[in-house]
Amino acid sequence: MDSIYTELRWLPRPPETFAEQLKQLAPGPHLGDELRRLATSALDLNQLTRLARSIARLKKGGATLQPLLPIRLALLSNATIQMLAPALVASAARHGFDLELLHPPYGQVAQEALDTGSSINRARPDAVLFALDHRALALDPCPGDRDAAEATVQRALDYYRQLSDGIKQGCDALCIFETLAAPPEALFGSLDRALPGTLRNLIDRINAELATFASSTGNVLLDTAAIAETVGLAAWHSPTLWNLAKLPFADEFIPLYAEHVARTLAAIRGKSRKVLVLDLDNTLWGGIIGDDGIANIRIAQGDPVGEAHLALQRMALELRRRGVVLAVCSKNTDEVARRPFLQHPEVLLKLEHIAVFQANWNDKATNLRAIAEELSLGLESLVFLDDNPMERGLVRSLLPQVAVPELPDDPAGYARTLAAAGYFEAIAFAEEDRRRADYYQENARRASLMSQVGGVEAYLASLGMTITFHPFDAAGRARIVQLINKSNQYNLTTRRYTEHEVFAAEADPSVFTMQVRLEDIFGDNGMISVVICRPAVELAAWEIDTWLMSCRVLGREVEHVVLRQLIEHARHDGVRKLIGRYLPSERNAIASGHYAKLGFVKVQQEPCGASLWERSVEAEPPQCPPMKVISEGFLPRSKQATEEGVVA
Amino acid sequence: MDEALIYAKLTEIVHDVLDDDGIVLTPELSAKQVRGWDSLAHLRLMLTIEKSFHIAFSTEEMSKRGRIGDLVGRIQARLQSHPVRQE
Repeated sequence: MDSIYTELRWLPRPPETFAEQLKQLAPGPHLGDELRRLATSALDLNQLTRLARSIARLKKGGATLQPLLPIRLALLSNATIQMLAPALVASAARHGFDLELLHPPYGQVAQEALDTGSSINRARPDAVLFALDHRALALDPCPGDRDAAEATVQRALDYYRQLSDGIKQGCDALCIFETLAAPPEALFGSLDRALPGTLRNLIDRINAELATFASSTGNVLLDTAAIAETVGLAAWHSPTLWNLAKLPFADEFIPLYAEHVARTLAAIRGKSRKVLVLDLDNTLWGGIIGDDGIANIRIAQGDPVGEAHLALQRMALELRRRGVVLAVCSKNTDEVARRPFLQHPEVLLKLEHIAVFQANWNDKATNLRAIAEELSLGLESLVFLDDNPMERGLVRSLLPQVAVPELPDDPAGYARTLAAAGYFEAIAFAEEDRRRADYYQENARRASLMSQVGGVEAYLASLGMTITFHPFDAAGRARIVQLINKSNQYNLTTRRYTEHEVFAAEADPSVFTMQVRLEDIFGDNGMISVVICRPAVELAAWEIDTWLMSCRVLGREVEHVVLRQLIEHARHDGVRKLIGRYLPSERNAIASGHYAKLGFVKVQQEPCGASLWERSVEAEPPQCPPMKVISEGFLPRSKQATEEGVVA
Repeated sequence: MDEALIYAKLTEIVHDVLDDDGIVLTPELSAKQVRGWDSLAHLRLMLTIEKSFHIAFSTEEMSKRGRIGDLVGRIQARLQSHPVRQE
């Protein structure tokens, strides 16, 4: 789990073609957005350096980086910062900045800050980062000598005060001070913490005083000590790299440190995020409320998976208390999605905590737009948390302004990953922050459904979907039985069958069966649809006994491809007509428009809501999204060989 | 790991670190002959080599900036004392 921090795991991996994309960067109206997009991935030090070099090349050629916001930061340090500098420039682009970094030669901290005519003071930067570690203060340990220890602490604080005053007078820039990361080498052992004058005790005291000093003087604190402790002090302090090149900490933490500096700048400029938008199923609780029901979703204490989701709910609630607005964006029927909040005793979040509740079957990009509009905030205020990589990819591609963290497979890491991403970094906390979430909530109107976002089709094409059809077989049987007995939502007839009955259908040559799997660039979705057709009473017709689909793949027009396949097999069997039936249940309203959408004609409507539909196999087959179609094992009822082709 | 494989992997690393895909590594090539291969780039190069090959250099080895042939020799020696982890 520690690699969450070192490898910036909340960010997606950089594209394979990262280096080529850098080479292709050229001046133009979208350059700034392109840079920000490339920076918004988990870049290592070499990649950050390359990105910074590309930025320098473009700026040298006169390119403007709009809409990146220009900011000038002076960096004063007692260590080597040349390796750090490019990482800062690239990480700043991730947070929407065109960073100009000013740094004097090594070791000029006091001169630059105190001399009003120094290069830094004359350059009038927006902010000055004092990247000073314990070595900058030349702390002289004096174990057991209380007075000497006190004097050492005060001397350190005086130094900070002088630096701050010097910059105030010289150029009136904001100062950022860093807490000190304690070296791991102890003198006594545990006693170092308590005994005045040990290095650890001195550093503890200086850090505490520095935090107060920074906030009381209107300056900003960067808690480098916390960053170092998070990843481990022994790993942070590298004697080799200090001796060799005066690197203040191990190179592997440069991306993390640079990210923290950049997000601090973002907080200073008021660019931190304001809204946390949460997916529901498998994010806020384990399982799918529409399929599993209130009794079976996992959110209870005592269930390790449930506790992982509870930890995320707790974090969301704490964020709300400090003023972060909460919203819900879920592919669900609204009434079903609200049920756990109203009825489940262990769900911590309540509807009253959620400013905008968007549960419907629209794509998530459309719903996120609606949420932003509802709150009268820009998309760049939103963070969207979703366990499903396909949804994350869709939102990143259509709404690059929204922050979408990657999540680990194990929900135990959800809360930590969200916190590590630092989207809600703040440099101050005021009483009105506490009330902000309520304020937005009161002002939120009920979000109206928006028109479909353009570009969904193009996104579907980019998913590289492969759909695979097989008749029922032994390998798929257990999953088929599970889907037949568990799927509630996109299930046309909700007919439940035992394993024995499924086997009977599989073995009966007059029954046509189909299991469907879907893969895409994010991985294998597994079996996502099941179809059973039985010979109808009338001749040369099939009645669709069962047709169900996993909600995970809704909105990808999978059902169109399934129908096309079904028609092919029907034709091959000499069947001329397909008969479909919709039997309403408490949960399958979402499937009510299924047959109409696929070109079936309604021939009967029962008062109870059930309906009967027909479609000739000769009628024009439906339009299908681009996906690779593989059909196997339909021997001998179907074509004699494996067929493979692309439906365009 | 055989020498050709080390050269191939090292070439990729050098291209990445020095941001120049045109560099061709030969045993006789020395850092001085390559544009951009300054002490800082050298340090980044050595740190990247450590991570890619799963080896650790001593301070002494890190600071040596000589011919490519010598560097490959040092990588080989480290790989023998610390066999590369299979991934």
